[in-house]
Amino acid sequence: MSTQTENNMEQNQNTFGVISKGLKKRYRAEKIFKSLGFSAVLLTIAFIVFLFTSICFNGYSAFSQAKIALSVSLDADKFQNENIADANFPGIIKDSLQQMFPEVKSRNDKKLLYALISQNAAFTLQEKIERDPSLIGTNPTIWVLANDDVDMYLKGRIDMTTAESDRRIKDKQVQWLDQLKRNGQLKTVFNTTFFTSGDSREPELAGILGAAKGSLYTLLITLALSFPIGVAAAIYLEEFAPKNIWTDIIEVNINNLAAVPSIIFGLLGLAIFINFWGVPRSTPLAGGLVLTLMTLPTIIIAGRASLKSVPPSIREAALGVGASKVQTVFHHVLPLAMPGMLTGTIIGMAQALGETAPLLMIGMIAFIVDIPGSVTDPSTVLPVQIYLWADSPERAFTEKTSAAIMVLLAFLIFMNAAAVYLRKKFEIKW
Amino acid sequence: MELAATTTSQSFPTMMGKDVARSAADEIPAERTRQTVGEPYVKNPRMSCRDVYVYYGDACAIKGVNLDVGCNEVVAMIGPSGCGKSTFLRCLNRMNDTVSSCRVEGSIHLDGSDIYDASVDVVPLRARVGMVFQKPNPFPKSIYDNIAYGPRIHGLTRHKSELDHIVETSLIKAGLWEEVKDRLDDPGTGLSGGQQQRLCIARAIAVEPEVILMDEPCSALDPIATAKVEDLIAELKEQYSIVIVTHAMQQASRVSQRTAYFHLGNLIEVGPTERIFTNPRHDLTEAYITGRFG
Ligand SMILES: Nc1ncnc2c1ncn2[C@@H]1O[C@H](COP(=O)(O)OP(=O)(O)O)[C@@H](O)[C@H]1O
Ligand SMILES: [Mg+2]
Repeated sequence: MSTQTENNMEQNQNTFGVISKGLKKRYRAEKIFKSLGFSAVLLTIAFIVFLFTSICFNGYSAFSQAKIALSVSLDADKFQNENIADANFPGIIKDSLQQMFPEVKSRNDKKLLYALISQNAAFTLQEKIERDPSLIGTNPTIWVLANDDVDMYLKGRIDMTTAESDRRIKDKQVQWLDQLKRNGQLKTVFNTTFFTSGDSREPELAGILGAAKGSLYTLLITLALSFPIGVAAAIYLEEFAPKNIWTDIIEVNINNLAAVPSIIFGLLGLAIFINFWGVPRSTPLAGGLVLTLMTLPTIIIAGRASLKSVPPSIREAALGVGASKVQTVFHHVLPLAMPGMLTGTIIGMAQALGETAPLLMIGMIAFIVDIPGSVTDPSTVLPVQIYLWADSPERAFTEKTSAAIMVLLAFLIFMNAAAVYLRKKFEIKW
Repeated sequence: MELAATTTSQSFPTMMGKDVARSAADEIPAERTRQTVGEPYVKNPRMSCRDVYVYYGDACAIKGVNLDVGCNEVVAMIGPSGCGKSTFLRCLNRMNDTVSSCRVEGSIHLDGSDIYDASVDVVPLRARVGMVFQKPNPFPKSIYDNIAYGPRIHGLTRHKSELDHIVETSLIKAGLWEEVKDRLDDPGTGLSGGQQQRLCIARAIAVEPEVILMDEPCSALDPIATAKVEDLIAELKEQYSIVIVTHAMQQASRVSQRTAYFHLGNLIEVGPTERIFTNPRHDLTEAYITGRFG
């Protein structure tokens, strides 16, 4: 008996020795794995920080804008005509610049002088007078947008060490700007234009609102179509469809659709929605339809996964008290699957928001100045706007591009926040 | 299948034909039938199962079972795991319909009408034959809504007050009222395991069923909660017929009037609980209850 106990103890000792020996190796493997994972996370964070800082650094200046004060003389004899719009507003602006810099005489210098302010100054003036005709006969001071080159110079984005002939801003203009600054006739203000206007060939007049509204309308169409269709398809396939070869084929095809390059969906949309159904080109309606095709597989797959993850015990409980199949699904399974479905939908929407290629195919790349008022107005979307601006030669569009990216990111962050909120709200505690 | 039946028949040397039942069994081809020892039939049965075969795909899980469930009695089903107790139980309210590979043959009558008849709707059937599952599965809703759900979908009440009354009486019958009456709006999933199981029982009786099926209702509960549920079963017997699957033989002997012993899909022996546990007639039953296997 006692020898057996001793034997046992010896054996235990042995086992313990073997385990201890291996222990070091196990812990080392764990450590290595942990540090690998940690460095992967660090690397990712570093990339993201780099991306964000470079975008913000390039783009923050787009949110401010230089303005120049002009004192214009609105003599009554300049407005003899009945219609205010017939007056020579560009002339009035030029006169006022002349008065401020009487020493400028030569034709070339005058051209440089006039180039200090935006072409839109005359419209600003006209609008002001149309709104308040009593200004006629007075000498008001109005603030007008500076030209984009001036703006770039003031923001330090023009390299003044290069030869004057290569520069977009000349030494004389610099002098005049200094003078304006001394006189308090030059200021930098928050750039409201960027948020209130559509696209323009002139960087100082270009805004994001047209594209943002286009994106919003497009996403609304996409959401309104793809969410109900996707959820219904997921529920049907997961809960009601008989499991046979046909549903298997459908399942495989849905998974394949999710992997189809998005430009194909654009071609399909062009062929079917625009050429066959006659949906107007370049509109959020057409864009939304195309993006619906693209988003549906994502929503269906996510929806089915979240339906699958609802424990069968809940279905049994409902069936057990005599709920019908439909009641079981809609009263019990769907509420539990909702958070997952919403997450899938938001992921799909975020993809759709960033999608460019299929929208190019249906003409949403057109240069559109007007802000869309409805889903059938031609418009562009944020990523296409970014693409268009990134492609423009003017220096000032660089910052607009980054600013547009920031707006797009803000959209994305907002949508993800909404996803988290909705998930929390619909989540059912167990 | 037939082969399986013949091989098993060799392990039934003596007892066969001793307590052979009447007419129904006579029509069944002899080689397919494993005749059950004991008394599978009762007078005025609530449910009667005749020659029930259940297949999962090609695999036969229940092999020709004949069994009656009387009014106001508790029938316990015991047997080693995998012998088909749950499968058989789930036939009684057609819960097996949800398993696509599952096929049921034979006839199961509730109050004289065949529940597998093409004209029968499973929805009212499941209201008449309620079920309590192994793992407590309250809905992730309030205690009140858990109970009220059944009556609501079946349209049993017209007014809120009637519904309140049903909720209260169901909880009282389930012995849960005193514990939860002040927090009916709390989630049912926040209760303890034993309370959850009694909530599930209350949910089942809220739709006034005739039969309650219970599949190992206490296997996830501690001894005290188990004792409470067992007391509850004893009380519910006065109003309902209860079929309970259980692992624990003591439990079967405590709560049931009749006990059925299943083995590899065959119903080996049925009889009054006391007799089954004191004087089993079949070797397999004896082996099981004396703990030689299981
Ligand atoms: N859904 C199913 N599909 C296929 N086979 C099943 C299914 N459910 C149970 N079975 C089989 O049926 C037999 C009986 O199972 P079950 O009724 O769960 O036994 P018990 O409840 O007595 O432990 C087992 O062999 C099991 O493998
Ligand atoms: Mg079981």
